[in-house]
Amino acid sequence: MDHAIEARGLVKRYKGVTALDGVDLTVPAGTVLGLLGPNGAGKTTIVRVLSTLLRPDGGSARVTGVDVLTRPAAVRRRIGLSGQYAAVDEYLTGYENLDMIGRLYHLGARRSRARARELLAAFRLEDAADRPTRTYSGGMRRRLDLAGALVADPPVIFLDEPTTGLDPRGRTEMWDVIQTLVAGGTTLLLTTQYLEEADVLADEIVVIDQGRIIAQGTADSLKRQVGGERLELTVADAAVLAGVTEVLTPLGVGRPAVDDGRRSFVMPVSGGPEVLAEALRLLGERQVRLEDVGLRRPTLDDVFLALTGRATERDGRPDDGGAR
Amino acid sequence: MRVPDVLADAAVVAKRNIIKIKRVPDLLVFTTLSPIMFVLLFSYVFGGAIDREGGGAAYREFLIAGIFAQTVIFGATVTGAALAEDLKKGILDRFRSLPMAPSAVLTGRTFSDVVNNVIVLVVMGLTGLVVGWRIRSSWLDALAGVGLLLVFAYAISWIMAWIGMLVPSPEVVNNASFVVIFPLTFVANTFVPLDTLPGPLQTFAEWNPVSSVTQAARELFGNIPPGTPAPTAWPLQHPEVYTLLWSAVILLVFVPLANAQYRVSTSR
Repeated sequence: MDHAIEARGLVKRYKGVTALDGVDLTVPAGTVLGLLGPNGAGKTTIVRVLSTLLRPDGGSARVTGVDVLTRPAAVRRRIGLSGQYAAVDEYLTGYENLDMIGRLYHLGARRSRARARELLAAFRLEDAADRPTRTYSGGMRRRLDLAGALVADPPVIFLDEPTTGLDPRGRTEMWDVIQTLVAGGTTLLLTTQYLEEADVLADEIVVIDQGRIIAQGTADSLKRQVGGERLELTVADAAVLAGVTEVLTPLGVGRPAVDDGRRSFVMPVSGGPEVLAEALRLLGERQVRLEDVGLRRPTLDDVFLALTGRATERDGRPDDGGAR
Repeated sequence: MRVPDVLADAAVVAKRNIIKIKRVPDLLVFTTLSPIMFVLLFSYVFGGAIDREGGGAAYREFLIAGIFAQTVIFGATVTGAALAEDLKKGILDRFRSLPMAPSAVLTGRTFSDVVNNVIVLVVMGLTGLVVGWRIRSSWLDALAGVGLLLVFAYAISWIMAWIGMLVPSPEVVNNASFVVIFPLTFVANTFVPLDTLPGPLQTFAEWNPVSSVTQAARELFGNIPPGTPAPTAWPLQHPEVYTLLWSAVILLVFVPLANAQYRVSTSR
């Protein structure tokens, strides 16, 4: 069967700024692709091109085998889009929003109504169903927006930064919802600024920077390039750091960085919680007093540092969202 | 896409806008309270000064068609402001990602203006009846007058739709449209008889379609007292034809223009 999403050589320029500089993507049906990159990398532009909102200056794209440029109307029947900013009408209730979307997918009045109730229940919005959405929390609004993308049960869904701006609880709720969705076999392309999110949700990750793909692979293969998690600890007394380094270095997969001034010790590790437990046991035997200890997952900054040798440039470039 | 689908989609979008009238306090006031206020203010503030002997009764009769015309034309600014608002938020992206007729967004918007204007006219008509205005023709004629007002206002909605797509914010739409609509609705026979205006303004007012739609409504409501001299300018001698001509020309120009601007403004 065809790939659910295929793009070749996508190019898009805005007044001298190249937003996309020859992007190729392939997403097999039933899988999740995570587009990972900082603000302004071109993630939103890719989503807008693939969802027919924006014509590229070069390249071609097909969604479920249908050409995005020549048959946009046919593509729209096969996709659901949930954007970076929750695109729900704030004066309509949750129910009215979903019912409206169903009718605009031409599901007919009865199916639109039934589908709206069904999705509100599935997204735990039943109690708020008949309140205008401006009374919703940020997380509720995002869930409703995602529900909007699912109204017609499309085979391909685009989620543009589904958790940006949500608090940790809202983020976890959103992840649960997305994982349930994926379990049902939907093809998903999601953009994110968080490596952790791509790790949790995506089968395959594409790292994008300045409109170009700079790395591609599974979360594990990317992490190998980046060096897994970091074990970070702060001791109460800097004098013990030498001893700590001696004891812990064999547990790591890279050279530790020790800072006497901050009384800190940071080391790449690959074993996760077991390493942390072992480290705590060893330090406990030696009665080292700790002020702080933890495992930190590599962030987008670590990925960028490893892949490009520089940190992400969050400032000084046009923001993805500003291109709308 | 087939025509029934386009209309069905436009009806869905219109329904969304009409629900909003209930929930957005600004819109509700604009739709219900300000028409009442306009009728009362003009009737009693200007009425006494303009029509001293009659105590304002004759002026109120004269006024109603004019205030109807001005208010439904101002109603069109809702279209412009609401579209500019939608453009700022993400909802138009949502619409554009759906397999609906693209033109339904603007068509639905202008449809809801018609509904809004019907409510406005009912409220103003009732207020008018309270202050002594009467329909002195047949109900059929009066309905034709209302229909003509609605058709002309509908055409103006498309101008506003175009402006709403063109400018960056709802506030700019309101300011821009006030600058245009205020002179257009005042340099006309809406509030004063044309023979009171100085020469050049009088000529402008005679050819101003706001005058013709007002004149037509006045005639169709039977609000022109017997003995009033017949108008000399062609547009006012044939106000229905002239109003419909203008409406047609505006629609022919601005429906394509607004839709083209919609494509440009949304595909950035």
